[in-house]
Amino acid sequence: MAIIKTEDLTYVYGENTPFRKVAVDNVNLEIESGEMVGLIGHTGSGKSTLIQHFNGLLKPNSGSVYIDGEKLWDDKAKLRPIRFKVGLVFQYPEYQLFEETCYKDIAFGPKNMGLDNAEIDRRIKEVAKMVGIGSDILDKSPFELSGGQKRRVAIAGVMAMEPQVLILDEPASGLDPKGRDQILGLIKEYHQQKKNTVILVSHSMEDIAKHTTKILVMNKAKLFCYDDTVKVFHRAAELEEMGLAVPQITRVFNRLRAMGIGFDDDVYTTKYAGELMLRLLSKRK
Amino acid sequence: MIKDITIGQYFPGKSPVHRLDARLKILLTIAFIVMLFIADDIKGLCVGIGFTFITFLISRIPLKMMWKSIKPIFIIIIITALLNLFFVHTGTPYFEWKFIKITDKGVETAVFMVVRIICLIVGTSLLTYTTSPIDLTDAIERLLSPLKKIKVPVHELAMMMTIALRFIPTLLEETDKITCAQKARGADMETGSLFKRAKALIPILIPLFVSSFRHAEELALAMECRCYHGGEGRTRMKQLRFKLIDLWGTLYLTCFFAGVIVINHFCK
Amino acid sequence: MSFIHIKGLEFSYVNEFEEPPVKNTVLKGIDLDIEKGEFVAVLGHNGSGKSTLAKCINAINLPEKGEVSVAGLDTINEENLLPIRKRVGMVFQNPDNQIVATIVEEDVAFALENLGVEPSEIRRRVDEALKTVGMYEYRMHAPHKLSGGQKQRVAIAGVLAMEPECIVLDEPTAMLDPKGRSEVMKTIKMLNKEKGVTIVLITHYMEEAAQADRVVVIDGGEKIMDNVPKKVFSQVDLMRSLGLDVPQVTEIADFLHKQGYDISSEIITEDECVQALYELLKEQTGK
Repeated sequence: MAIIKTEDLTYVYGENTPFRKVAVDNVNLEIESGEMVGLIGHTGSGKSTLIQHFNGLLKPNSGSVYIDGEKLWDDKAKLRPIRFKVGLVFQYPEYQLFEETCYKDIAFGPKNMGLDNAEIDRRIKEVAKMVGIGSDILDKSPFELSGGQKRRVAIAGVMAMEPQVLILDEPASGLDPKGRDQILGLIKEYHQQKKNTVILVSHSMEDIAKHTTKILVMNKAKLFCYDDTVKVFHRAAELEEMGLAVPQITRVFNRLRAMGIGFDDDVYTTKYAGELMLRLLSKRK
Repeated sequence: MIKDITIGQYFPGKSPVHRLDARLKILLTIAFIVMLFIADDIKGLCVGIGFTFITFLISRIPLKMMWKSIKPIFIIIIITALLNLFFVHTGTPYFEWKFIKITDKGVETAVFMVVRIICLIVGTSLLTYTTSPIDLTDAIERLLSPLKKIKVPVHELAMMMTIALRFIPTLLEETDKITCAQKARGADMETGSLFKRAKALIPILIPLFVSSFRHAEELALAMECRCYHGGEGRTRMKQLRFKLIDLWGTLYLTCFFAGVIVINHFCK
Repeated sequence: MSFIHIKGLEFSYVNEFEEPPVKNTVLKGIDLDIEKGEFVAVLGHNGSGKSTLAKCINAINLPEKGEVSVAGLDTINEENLLPIRKRVGMVFQNPDNQIVATIVEEDVAFALENLGVEPSEIRRRVDEALKTVGMYEYRMHAPHKLSGGQKQRVAIAGVLAMEPECIVLDEPTAMLDPKGRSEVMKTIKMLNKEKGVTIVLITHYMEEAAQADRVVVIDGGEKIMDNVPKKVFSQVDLMRSLGLDVPQVTEIADFLHKQGYDISSEIITEDECVQALYELLKEQTGK
């Protein structure tokens, strides 16, 4: 069964004001459990608005959202338990840290869920290990940490709620290349260990290409496509037309193909590009 | 979206009232207040009503805004009316029962006071409706600049006001974001006792506080990089200059002002 | 002497809240000379000291040891403060935190007002700066309603109005989306090529650094490399060990080079890569 399903989902900002703007326009979508999904789209394409519907932060103007088969907004009292199934990590999540210690901050979500202290403790230990936060750091104030560490604590705070779906909005933005790789690496590891659904929102096609199995493309408030990563990058020309930058390596190999080099593969990671080159070169020897 | 809300009550426009120099507008507003207070009976006040109404029409601010500016002080108006009604005992009584005594003079004073307050509020709110906050700050700074001589930090105060105005939308947007983020972590701000709800604000207020400090620190650095070193030796790009329209504006108010004085003296 | 002259620069932050105060040396003897009109990119991971270095150039940070001078003016001398800041403008990462006024043109005028420039001259320079960065139509807008890329261009206009000889940009694109990033990069390159403004660009994006004339790599407060982009990026393994990246095209060229194929490892642009791969494949078929 689909873990996230939307039916004719539409959301309008500022209805009945001069600022009226359709942010999500009639989106029908089914995301299967256990996928690692990349969500792309230029700024203002509606991707942030869309993900805020997935855990009931926004109420659709029309249409509906189902999480794990349950319809959101049917019964307002049931919203909170459903919300716990979908963890949402906002952009620059370190700005939401507020407790005296990292431990307490990570505990905030689980506490709101009404878990007992032993369970909370177990979860904190587990996620801290997962995001690479040592026990010495757990007792420190989050405001003493470096940018990358803060970010990991903030992500751990959502992971500790053990949501079935983890959504991360630009988790690597503003970090240096090493910090980027670390964050994305740990998210991938989390996905492989927990086998639950992860949705990764990013502007970086390189990161999306490297880490996801499926891609969801939003364009001008509409769902452009939702398909396997390979198939989406096959439509590189359309993506570029939308103003989305495909990975540099994809552009290089598309140009090579246009120049008459014969190969059918869609290249979107350097690793694959290397293998392809070796194959082409050995074939031609 | 939250960032689309307008700050203050400014209605952008191009009417003659909008085009008046902001400094002059402040001075005229003060003169208008004086005018309302020297009018000592209802006839003089009629001039004030006329002025308020005509100016409102000229400014092309929607008339319903008149009501909107009175609404917050409606209670005060009612209390004023009742106090005057019951406690002015001079004149011919209309009605007398035990200690309650309503006289013609009482009714007259009550009406007079209410009209005066309404004129005062509606008239002065025109200032904020037709002047952008930045122009207002600027005008206040310039009007108060003589106070610099007695070491009042006029420039610094104006700068603080400008920066506050600049950061209100940014902080509102941030509040919105942090609230969403904490809600996503299960924060419950809608149910529970008042105490519980106040406590639920902590996860929002602390990050907001921290981020305000960050803004302040980085902004101070950026200002320093752009050669900010206090108000000394500063020039301004926009030179406020009195124009012909300002003369008309002054004349316009002077006419009404003179009207009040004439009525005060001759229509007793 | 060079336009920006840095010699033996040492700088440390002291945390006075700890007992005893902890001294954290961020820059450990940097030598760097930048000529007028150059476009220099500075790379280094977070905490490598590159932002601290940038703040030393316009006398926000003063050297603990060594010297920093701009156009012959020593930063340690307090009288030089305004003349230096007028010559070296600075743009920061977060566009929201460097816009002071509530109207775009008022903000661009800010630095000139501080410098006590004549009102008519301010007007002229503000209009010119806004036209240069392509934000003239937005001069009456409120900054908070602009996109990230537009805000950053307003910030650039704000320093440009001072008519500086050099602009130091500290990760100006880190918080922007790809569109905003390319807007800002285009503006920076145009300022360098057409207006001859010296550019010092601190960045995490390798593709941006690849567009500079020269790349300086900082690690642990020391200068590790200082060369043309080709020479810097071809050190793929060294760059990785410093926690940095190389452009994807460099990566593939390096991979093939190491596999023993006849391909230059100094490829940093898409065009070069397409050309080299094409030739490699053609050559192999020809044999």
